[in-house]
Amino acid sequence: MPLEGKARLATVWLVPYAAQDMMEVLLRFKEFVLGQLTQLGSMLLLLLDIFKTTFSRRPRWGLTVEQAYKIGWQSQAVVVITGAFTGMVFAVQTYHQFHKVKMDTAVGPVISVAMTRELAPVLTALMVAGRVGAAIAAELGTMKVTEQLDAMRSMGTAPVDYLVVPRFVAMLLALPLLTAEAMFFGIFSGYLVGVNMLGIDRAYFLNNMYKFTAVQDVMSGLIKSVFFAVFIALISCYKGFNAGEGAEGVGRATTQAVVVSSLTVLIANFFIAVLFNAISPP
Amino acid sequence: MIKIEGLWKSFSGNEVLRGLDLEIRDGETIVIIGQSGGGKSVLLKHLCGLLKPDRGRVLVDGTDIVPLGEEELTPIRKQFGFLFQGAALFDSMTLYDNVAFPLREERRAESEVHQRVEQALKIVDLLEAQDKKPAELSGGMRKRAGLARAVVANPKYVLYDEPTTGLDPIRADNINEMVLRLHDKLHVTGVVVTHDMVSAYKIADRIAMLHEGRIHMVGTPKEIQATQDPIVKQFITGVSDAHQEVQLGAETVH
Repeated sequence: MPLEGKARLATVWLVPYAAQDMMEVLLRFKEFVLGQLTQLGSMLLLLLDIFKTTFSRRPRWGLTVEQAYKIGWQSQAVVVITGAFTGMVFAVQTYHQFHKVKMDTAVGPVISVAMTRELAPVLTALMVAGRVGAAIAAELGTMKVTEQLDAMRSMGTAPVDYLVVPRFVAMLLALPLLTAEAMFFGIFSGYLVGVNMLGIDRAYFLNNMYKFTAVQDVMSGLIKSVFFAVFIALISCYKGFNAGEGAEGVGRATTQAVVVSSLTVLIANFFIAVLFNAISPP
Repeated sequence: MIKIEGLWKSFSGNEVLRGLDLEIRDGETIVIIGQSGGGKSVLLKHLCGLLKPDRGRVLVDGTDIVPLGEEELTPIRKQFGFLFQGAALFDSMTLYDNVAFPLREERRAESEVHQRVEQALKIVDLLEAQDKKPAELSGGMRKRAGLARAVVANPKYVLYDEPTTGLDPIRADNINEMVLRLHDKLHVTGVVVTHDMVSAYKIADRIAMLHEGRIHMVGTPKEIQATQDPIVKQFITGVSDAHQEVQLGAETVH
């Protein structure tokens, strides 16, 4: 039966437009997917270049120590405060739940397992991604737009060798140490709040904590931090090297470095946790 | 010798170089002139492999550098010194460390590095400022420091991207004298990109005019000054089409 009036009008005019819009959306989606795959491929090539350069060129110890100082030593305050307050708030929140079922002394192991397996590696990585990832992307991005990277290449020095490898190695060394520091301060501050503020028995707190926290909990957290270090260093350097023109380009690269590093840490954390649990069930 | 054959380069569909041919002879100073945004700096970056062309060849002492990877380009790049338009000094280093960079990368003895850096900084009159960071220097000082860094390792070829832009006439003349000295005493081959015709006439053995992605004309400064070619003449006299239109407009009004 032929359509009449407004229905016909809608069919004649709106359907082609809707189809056109759909095509445009699909084309944009295709471009987006291709763009993301290209970026991923370029990042993998950069990672290969980093590994190749690390083992084929003379080590630049001076630059690596300088970066370890900037990435590791100067991040300590942020990491210690994050770890300590996370442990403290964890003690307060879990105590009130466990207290209802008379399991106050379970607070110790819950804090230590949560800090070692999840909270310390993830929160440390997020803080370092924000503090150091942004700095790396901004510095390399500025060097790119002011032709400093070209100047370096023109003198026969590879920017990956001089700029990326020292940052990469320093991040690999610093992040596990910072994670260990966050674990310690998280557990210690949780202990102080639990025992001194909430009145949990000290001996039971410690005994249960030792009993239910295994070496593999600590190791899984530290191994995770190595993966996170690779992601943060790689993404930040990549974003810096591929910054757009001018101050706007550097600003965008810096934001993207932090956002993409942080999301990668959070998403990768899930898959690494599943993998570790499959290899060695807690 | 550097030989460029049929060089094509485009950025996002915009063709900047369109089959450019040019020969740069050993020991000469060639000045490349042309409109802003015409591809002069792009051409300069092709000479030491910082950019890859879409098509064409760049032969440096007989070796085509276009297919070479970064690793293989390193020994070729060490023959070049490059003065960038904005000097491109490393922000995180002092002036001294900037100038010492190419020598330290070649792992020269620190005593030799010290001697040569001091000598280079003395020539560009920046010995006093050696401990300053680039951010503390004026544009002209940065450019002179960039020049010191470009020549400190005694390169065979020196590429100058707008060496006198932003300098007062006396400083600009100092730079010109330095380019001439490098050419006369060390027989350095210089490729200079500039808009500064006073500088071009003073330092050039030959001047090449880049127009619409190709070399439109090459000649000695005298030949360029005497040419009747309308494109070259318009550029070297600095008379714009707008000026002619204004004149025509005025005549119409009269």
